[in-house]
Amino acid sequence: MAEVPEHLLERSRERRAALEGGGAAPPGDAGGSAGDDGDRIPGALLTGQVATAPAATAVATAPQSIAAAGPAGHTQRLLTVVKAGSIQDVKATPSDKVHVWPHLLVGELVASMAMTAFLLVFSAFVNAPLLALANFNQTPNPSKAPWYFLGLQELLTMFHPMVAGVTVPGVALVALGMAGYVDKNPSHKPEDRKFAIAMMTMFLMFWAVLVIIGSFFRGEGFNFILPWQQGVHEIFDL
Amino acid sequence: MARRIGNGNGNGNGSNGHSRPNPLKLAQTKMTAQMDALQGSQFWASVFRPGSIFRKGYTDSPRNRSYVIMNSVLYHLHPVKVKRHAVKVSYTLCLGGLSFFLFILLTVTGIFLMFFYRPTAAAAWSDIATLETSVTFGLMVRNMHRWAAHLMVISVFLHMARVFYHGAYKPPREFNWVIGVILLLLTLLLSFTGYLLPWDQLALWAVTVGTNMMGYTPVFGSQVRFVLLGSLEIGSDTLLRWYVLHVLMFPFVIVIFMAIHFWRVRKDGGLSGPL
Repeated sequence: MAEVPEHLLERSRERRAALEGGGAAPPGDAGGSAGDDGDRIPGALLTGQVATAPAATAVATAPQSIAAAGPAGHTQRLLTVVKAGSIQDVKATPSDKVHVWPHLLVGELVASMAMTAFLLVFSAFVNAPLLALANFNQTPNPSKAPWYFLGLQELLTMFHPMVAGVTVPGVALVALGMAGYVDKNPSHKPEDRKFAIAMMTMFLMFWAVLVIIGSFFRGEGFNFILPWQQGVHEIFDL
Repeated sequence: MARRIGNGNGNGNGSNGHSRPNPLKLAQTKMTAQMDALQGSQFWASVFRPGSIFRKGYTDSPRNRSYVIMNSVLYHLHPVKVKRHAVKVSYTLCLGGLSFFLFILLTVTGIFLMFFYRPTAAAAWSDIATLETSVTFGLMVRNMHRWAAHLMVISVFLHMARVFYHGAYKPPREFNWVIGVILLLLTLLLSFTGYLLPWDQLALWAVTVGTNMMGYTPVFGSQVRFVLLGSLEIGSDTLLRWYVLHVLMFPFVIVIFMAIHFWRVRKDGGLSGPL
């Protein structure tokens, strides 16, 4: 607690004595009168009734018992006393950080090497498809989109192309982009975010289910089939 | 160091002794000396900036660890230090980094493929067939390009899911999430434009379905379709158009968005905190 200048404390005591003599104490002063070891700011100082301004009008409105200046002729007045630690964090919060080199770069190197190795091995054994030369007169049956667009192709069987091909993906992308502005819940904890997690999971499952249907449950003419009865028809194109 | 080895050589030559020095060891010390001289040269010091692990006298100190990042054009995408939890593989699953790495792999393999490919309806398919059969590692590189493209779609998608489930799209990162959604869209577009280029049955009909769908865009449908096809029908014009989109325009755009994305990761306070 900051030191309150002695002359101000004295002035406060005078004021308090005057008020108690007069009868009615101001409401803000009630608690601070007894047993207070300097932890509270004298109420009179806060209420601003202490007229210290050199202007004659201010002195005139103030009670006459209060001196207009301090013992040494001070004309300032105490506006507030701020406790240390109330507005500034003295202790810096320690942060647990590590050097990027080597801790992160080594991990990145290992991940990229592993990915390269996997791709090399996979590419050595599985060839990318190259079908016959493009032929406008021969439509493959079924004609399936790449797997990431199978959901859209599936929607195309149910809705008008404008809805399936433009509206639904457009709205989905815009809604996805707005997630950070719509979701006002500040928590990062999964238990506080049940709604958001449920929405996203449903969104992902929606597309996953459509892709699975498009892959395994669509046969010739993109007609619905049951793979355990008719067999799998060209899962999807890669 | 160099002087000491010079003395050693002088002694060996001058002594004419009965014990001949081990030639392997001699070559080794000579190599070390030359390496030392190279590392001490002005050229070497001008290439490798202070803190580089290739610089003479590199020691593992906090100061040099910082310099490794600060003084490297590649690494300074990273901050010098990151939160400990951000390094954990179990938190990020490496998905964002792997997406970027796959993009680099795709660029490298794609440049290789461009040497052997002409984007015309007459030449495209046979160029690919020739690449697969007559070019050294041609089939391998094409396979890598194809599978890396699919993996990139998967990894970008999973990265998005990871970020969402960690709540990392929330303020102050909400704008970077928007950039991320744009990057997802660009990834899909890159993948789909590449789909047409082999000019086989798969390509033709997938693109027919896709562009027909785009033709249903409200108001501007037929114009959108015309812009995408470069004509009223799929043909050589479409192929050229999608080729330029695939190898030039979308990579250019996605690199810009990636730069913003990575920059914002740092500006928004690094990776989001642990749950």
